[in-house]
Amino acid sequence: MSRRKLRDVVATFLIFLTSLVSLLVLALIVYDIFSKGMIAFREVGFKNIIFGTKYYPTMEPPSFGIFNFIVSSLFVTLGSIMVGLPLGVGSALFLSEYADLRTKELLKPFIEILSSIPSVIFGFIGIVFIGPFIRRFFNIPTGLNLFTASFILGIVIVPIISSLTEDALSTVPITLKEASYALGGTKFDTITRVIIPYTKGALISALLLGVGRSIGETMIVLMVAGGAMNFPNSIFSPVRPLTATIAAEMGETAVGTTHFYVLYGIALVLLFLTLLLTLISNHFIKNLKRD
Amino acid sequence: MKKFLTLILTFLTVFSFVFPKSNDITMSGSTTVFPISQKAAEVFMDKNPSINITVRGGGSGVGISNLIEGKVDIANSSRKIKDKEVYQAKENGVNVYETVIANDALSIVVHPSNPVSEIDLKTLKNIYTGKIKNWKELGGNDMSIVVVSRDVSSGTFEVFNEKVLEKAKYREDALLLASNNAILSTVKDTPGAIGYIGLGFVNENVKALKVEGVYPSKESVNNKTYKIARSLYLYTNGKPKGNIGKFIDFILSDEGQKIVEEIGYIPLR
Repeated sequence: MSRRKLRDVVATFLIFLTSLVSLLVLALIVYDIFSKGMIAFREVGFKNIIFGTKYYPTMEPPSFGIFNFIVSSLFVTLGSIMVGLPLGVGSALFLSEYADLRTKELLKPFIEILSSIPSVIFGFIGIVFIGPFIRRFFNIPTGLNLFTASFILGIVIVPIISSLTEDALSTVPITLKEASYALGGTKFDTITRVIIPYTKGALISALLLGVGRSIGETMIVLMVAGGAMNFPNSIFSPVRPLTATIAAEMGETAVGTTHFYVLYGIALVLLFLTLLLTLISNHFIKNLKRD
Repeated sequence: MKKFLTLILTFLTVFSFVFPKSNDITMSGSTTVFPISQKAAEVFMDKNPSINITVRGGGSGVGISNLIEGKVDIANSSRKIKDKEVYQAKENGVNVYETVIANDALSIVVHPSNPVSEIDLKTLKNIYTGKIKNWKELGGNDMSIVVVSRDVSSGTFEVFNEKVLEKAKYREDALLLASNNAILSTVKDTPGAIGYIGLGFVNENVKALKVEGVYPSKESVNNKTYKIARSLYLYTNGKPKGNIGKFIDFILSDEGQKIVEEIGYIPLR
């Protein structure tokens, strides 16, 4: 084998190894969380953890029900989508259909900067500014609650939804739009009857990526959701999503105790939820490509 | 060749942190004790440049389990070690030795606009367990009480749990926050809130309540009239000797105790 060829083979092998790294890391994470999480389900019981509504991990006797946390995670995520989806899709539509080039160049960097702000800063602003404001505005006992967390997360996912939507909008063939205008359609008709139906798959996958970001976000919900373990019976209830529970307790839980394994169990539930979302969004992306 | 040398140097620098020299002291644990250990370590290293001290946080439970596993020389703890942990340590061949380095009072704080200014332990327990829900039951304004607590794994919560809750279950809608500062800023912005924080964190933005007729202070903790007080501990494997002993003696010395006071905790003398 010539020297050049050998070099090629070695390079190919090294590059192949780099692609194995993420696979290996993923496998290790899944294995670790699965094996330790299952210990919790075995020790405490699947039903007691998933459907239990009392969470007193350090009391005697302890109880480890995380049903309210699962519901809180889902509610916070749902709320964030209700804020983030209209804002994200709206800003993408404005940028790609309405704005002239100068406005677009002016606005787009701001949306991108929004996505680079660390979540701890959003949390901080939530505690000192947005939370107290919401408390005064709605005249409720505390501003650290489901609504505040959803609102802030909604802002956080705007750039994700906006940039994916914008990408999708740019794939709409100009001929389709022109056909719509030729038939006498207004701009609004074109958006609702042509552009949105054409990009439906991409919009759904943008939505699901937003959901994935919301459900996995930790710092913000730890700081502004309030951390109470009760069932969220109002949009102003303080709540405690799955991620916040792990972050608040993992650092100070003795290794090897039931409490420690239950935190792994919570991580397993979270992993299951996010994997499910990834699979669904991959499905939509694939469909989109086939169209 | 130059590149090669740089590479080797980089490696050596990186790995010199991984393989500690014998002069190094490592400690981890309570975030409450952390500021004392950190400050004391800085001053001590200035005086003894050959000794290198690494201080990490993690929480009391983490510090103690690190000590049991032999990963650190000193565990910082804001609660007394549990019998279970002493037993675990013995099984691992670690003979736990306790040194009290400072005292602290858990101050009960409310919003400055709250007219209530004192409370007794029983009422406090009733508030945290949800039996009392409105400030007017305590002679305050007609306003629901927002119960703010630390997350259940913190050493601070464990002290509160033992001295106030007496292991009763706190109400389900209590806000469980992750740090003293989070409690401080929440109480500051919430007129109906009640919370507890270390004495060192109390400032003019919140109002500390008298508990059983006594304000939290250096005097009331040292003469044991303030009821929700605690000690801060260092745990070592056996009676501290050598550099570790020197460092702990430094914290207990007049200079070390002055650091304790500066940070806002209560010195032993």
